[in-house]
Amino acid sequence: MKPLLQVQGVSKRFRGLLAVDKVSFEVPQGGVYAVIGPNGAGKTTLFNMIAGVFMPDGGTVEFNGERIDGLPPNQVCQRGIGRTFQIVRPFPALTVEENVIVGALMKRTDVSMARAHAHDVLRRLDLYDKRSQRASSMTLPDRKRLEVARALATDPKLLLLDEVMAGLRPTETDRMVSILKELNSDSGLTILLIEHVMRAVMALAQHIVVLHHGANIAEGAPADVVRDKAVIDSYLGAESV
Amino acid sequence: MIARLIDGVPTRALILLFLLLASAICAPLFASDYLLTILILIFYFAYTGQAWNIMMGFAGQLSLGHALYVGLGAYTAAALFVHFGIAPWLGLLIGVPIAGAVGAFIGFLAFRFRVGGVYFAILTIAFAEFARVGFDHFAWTAGSSGLFLPVKQYSGNNLWTLRGEPVMFYYVLLAATVAAFIGCRMLLQSRIGYFWMAIREDEEAARAAGIDTFRYKMIAVVISAAMTSFAGVVYAFYYNNLFPEQVFHISRSIEIILGPIVGGIGTLFGPILGAFVLTGLAEVLTEGLHALGIDIPGAKQVFYGICLLFVIMALPDGVWPWVKRRLGLTERRS
Repeated sequence: MKPLLQVQGVSKRFRGLLAVDKVSFEVPQGGVYAVIGPNGAGKTTLFNMIAGVFMPDGGTVEFNGERIDGLPPNQVCQRGIGRTFQIVRPFPALTVEENVIVGALMKRTDVSMARAHAHDVLRRLDLYDKRSQRASSMTLPDRKRLEVARALATDPKLLLLDEVMAGLRPTETDRMVSILKELNSDSGLTILLIEHVMRAVMALAQHIVVLHHGANIAEGAPADVVRDKAVIDSYLGAESV
Repeated sequence: MIARLIDGVPTRALILLFLLLASAICAPLFASDYLLTILILIFYFAYTGQAWNIMMGFAGQLSLGHALYVGLGAYTAAALFVHFGIAPWLGLLIGVPIAGAVGAFIGFLAFRFRVGGVYFAILTIAFAEFARVGFDHFAWTAGSSGLFLPVKQYSGNNLWTLRGEPVMFYYVLLAATVAAFIGCRMLLQSRIGYFWMAIREDEEAARAAGIDTFRYKMIAVVISAAMTSFAGVVYAFYYNNLFPEQVFHISRSIEIILGPIVGGIGTLFGPILGAFVLTGLAEVLTEGLHALGIDIPGAKQVFYGICLLFVIMALPDGVWPWVKRRLGLTERRS
């Protein structure tokens, strides 16, 4: 079976800096994959190329059997890729419910149907009771879940999560992990996440891609990747073993 | 449809709205000629403020050149009437699309080439200024010497040609304000309203949520421009004279936006309340000073300035959200 997402040799250069250097990997339907690597390794740039924020300088991104590199972000979303931002950006003056309705309206024209769908999503993310709050008045963990909820409301086939665990306490992290696991097992949602919190990566990911200086230096099952010498040297550090 | 329109609106708010509308309808029976001209001005600003609010308050696109659309509607309808005797209601079928098209052109230039924020606002000023200078030299509309509509002694009001007493203009503008209010509520409750608010709040996040931001910003500009130009048609037939220096002047654009800013940007009732507060109080002030025998030129402008300062400092969301809380009119949540 053809993978859901196929990234082939994508590169991105910002002036003199080669942010992403011919990175290739695949994410199969229903998989939970993680991209890890030190700060500045090019993880978010890679995400932005998949999500349509940046056009790759080289290489291709195929999603669901279709080239999507170079498409604008809204069309990438229309094709079934939902994303969150590393620095959360919910619509601050809107309520939690309204935030999610916006996402739900992408594939629905009727507002009351979108609201019903938004409520379903909010329940899954433990945000239903807070639906009348303004997004700006929420705590960081809640805003992180709200970002996921808004992306999820667009009915994506693939969810790109950019450091949704960053800044969360361990209990919050575990809560997010269990929510994501449930989404993956219940609806077969494919997830690709950038993450520094190894506790979450190890609990979630079936496969890890390691970026360093823009290049893919290792890839494989979590247990193998964390023992990889290059990964330990560049990212994890010796004490992690 | 009506059920959806009033869904979630507290009963008290509906009663208040009804009372307000009833008193607005009855007002000409009791109002003096002077008061009526003030009320006409108030509803003119309530309506144009509502139209401007679609762009700024809903979709987050700051226009400082809305006088352009007023002027285009005014000049088109007036020139067609003067030259060909075409009634304003037919003239607006031409004037409104022209304003919409010009809005679309400005929007296209700005959004296609990613001109945003302050630069977008400057672009809107620039086009209003183009029009001001351009119409000065446009012979068909009599250039800088001004376009005058024929004024004769009329027997009664002719609603079709908009020739008649102020009271007719009052009702036309009142109807327009009510229609704009209802229309805006419908827009805000619809899919498009949600998309506008998303764009206003965070354009990049909106795009990531699948919204074609270019398209929805264009729709906002076109609707806002077209709505505003209708006020221009009424303006032309009410004042009967048009000078590019006055119609397209930037101070006219500023006057339009003060109401919604004071009343509450992005709210539905803000532009109406703002128009009442600003225009109403400014007239009270002028009259009061006049009665006291004090004649200070520019007192109105100073008053506007003080109002703005007060609102920005004390009620940054505008007067309406504060009044709304005071009246206990927060929306019911389903």
